[in-house]
Amino acid sequence: MPPLFELRDVSFDYDGIGALRGLSLDIAKGERLVLLGANGSGKSTLLRLLDALCFPASGTIGFDGQALTSDRIQDDSFALPFRRRVALVFQNPDVQLFNPTVFDEVAFAPLQLQWPKDQLLSRVNETMEWMGISQLRDRPPYRLSGGEKKRVALASVVVLDPDVLLLDEPTATLDPRSQSQVIDLIQEWKGSEKTVITATHQLEIVEDIADRIVVLEAGRMQANGTVADVLYDHELLLRANLVHAHRHTHGSVTHSHPHLHSHSKHEHE
Amino acid sequence: MSRGFIESTTVGFARALTGTMLSEQTARQRGLLQALDPRVRVVGLFALVLAVTLSRKIVVVAALLAVAIAIALLSRVSLLTLAKRVWLIVLGFTGVIALPALFTTPGRTMATVAGFAVSEQGLRTASLLILRVETAVTFTTLLILCTPWAQVLKALRSLRLPKEVVMMLAMTYRYVFLLVETATQMFESRRSRTVGVLNSNEQRHLAGRTAGVLLSKSVALSNDVYLAMQSRGFRGDVQILSDFRMTSSDYLGLLAFLLVGALAVWTGR
Repeated sequence: MPPLFELRDVSFDYDGIGALRGLSLDIAKGERLVLLGANGSGKSTLLRLLDALCFPASGTIGFDGQALTSDRIQDDSFALPFRRRVALVFQNPDVQLFNPTVFDEVAFAPLQLQWPKDQLLSRVNETMEWMGISQLRDRPPYRLSGGEKKRVALASVVVLDPDVLLLDEPTATLDPRSQSQVIDLIQEWKGSEKTVITATHQLEIVEDIADRIVVLEAGRMQANGTVADVLYDHELLLRANLVHAHRHTHGSVTHSHPHLHSHSKHEHE
Repeated sequence: MSRGFIESTTVGFARALTGTMLSEQTARQRGLLQALDPRVRVVGLFALVLAVTLSRKIVVVAALLAVAIAIALLSRVSLLTLAKRVWLIVLGFTGVIALPALFTTPGRTMATVAGFAVSEQGLRTASLLILRVETAVTFTTLLILCTPWAQVLKALRSLRLPKEVVMMLAMTYRYVFLLVETATQMFESRRSRTVGVLNSNEQRHLAGRTAGVLLSKSVALSNDVYLAMQSRGFRGDVQILSDFRMTSSDYLGLLAFLLVGALAVWTGR
């Protein structure tokens, strides 16, 4: 089966500062991919490129056999189905929640894609019910807690039932309970045909949401492998600034080792 | 350290914006204005504001203020809210502007205050100015209090106001909260790191820098918001969910507004 996304030698920069350099990557349909990297490694930029919100300075990106270009995205016959199939949840929910009420927020995307009114209303209500935000329906989004904002932001794209869900740091800044709710929702949402691409630097959530991990560092791909390949390669994680040497004391003995926040435990000698 | 003028203003602005939460609650109650089509509310109240500005007789403007109070009561708007949010504030601001007219307008002397003569014509001019502003702002506030902001925008759009203007209003309303919150946090952060009293020169420098940083942040935010809108299918035209439908009571309401307005203009010539 041909890949859903096909990136070849992709580079991107912001005012001359390189954000991505020479990235080549295939992403299959139905895959759960995690883009792992420290702050500034290029994860968010890559998600924006995959969502056709910006375009490479050099290299090419293909989606489902067609090149993703600025010209093509200007064309409604390509853009409207693409926007329905590919959805991005931004890192900062305040960026994404710009409507006066939660209901308007969830209804925004189906409205822009000109869904029939009956279908729109039933889908919006169904999504709000599923995401557990029906009681927030008439609330202004800027008055919600961090966890509620994140759930509304997710609902505002999941309402389209997209084939590809792009998530930018979906659990960052959330308390443990909200974090676990968001992970549960991601796992629940995933169907056999759904592709989920998550950018994160939180190692502790990776095992729950990844089939494959791509590690980015300063805009370059440092690794591309299974969860086990990447998470247990301490050298790689140290190099990519994802773990740090943690110095602590047991009784009279002080030692240091890489500081991991995963479910795996380590043995002390 | 005490708060400077700019910080106090920002905090006061933030508090005033918090009051808009109450507006949304009032807008969802059952009342005279709430029962009318939002377009009727916008056109009708605008007609009354126009009548206020065109009326030259105090008694006519006072009658229009009485109409505004009656509408407020029938729309379940608390007079205390109006007094606090409109009448006292308007009296303060307009009073300062109108005060010199008491002494500078030539006419029959009514009284002497601190050696300055107050003329009858001056008192009439000042009273008319204050009453006009009080009444016009009361009508405008009634519109805002009794209509969810989303409906005001939809009404403006359906009244053929250019979509760019409507979008600008929507975005301003949405993000002014976030920017005011950010500004308040910046001031708090600065206060937590400041020891002693800054002189006015230093305060001006800090305020200038804060304004610069806030501007940069708002530019970055607006870019991201636009991308988030594009990502959810926005193609430059605002799609509206429900089409308003005029009923016979809406036509009756509109007629009543226009008749009262026309009568006020006619008698107030």
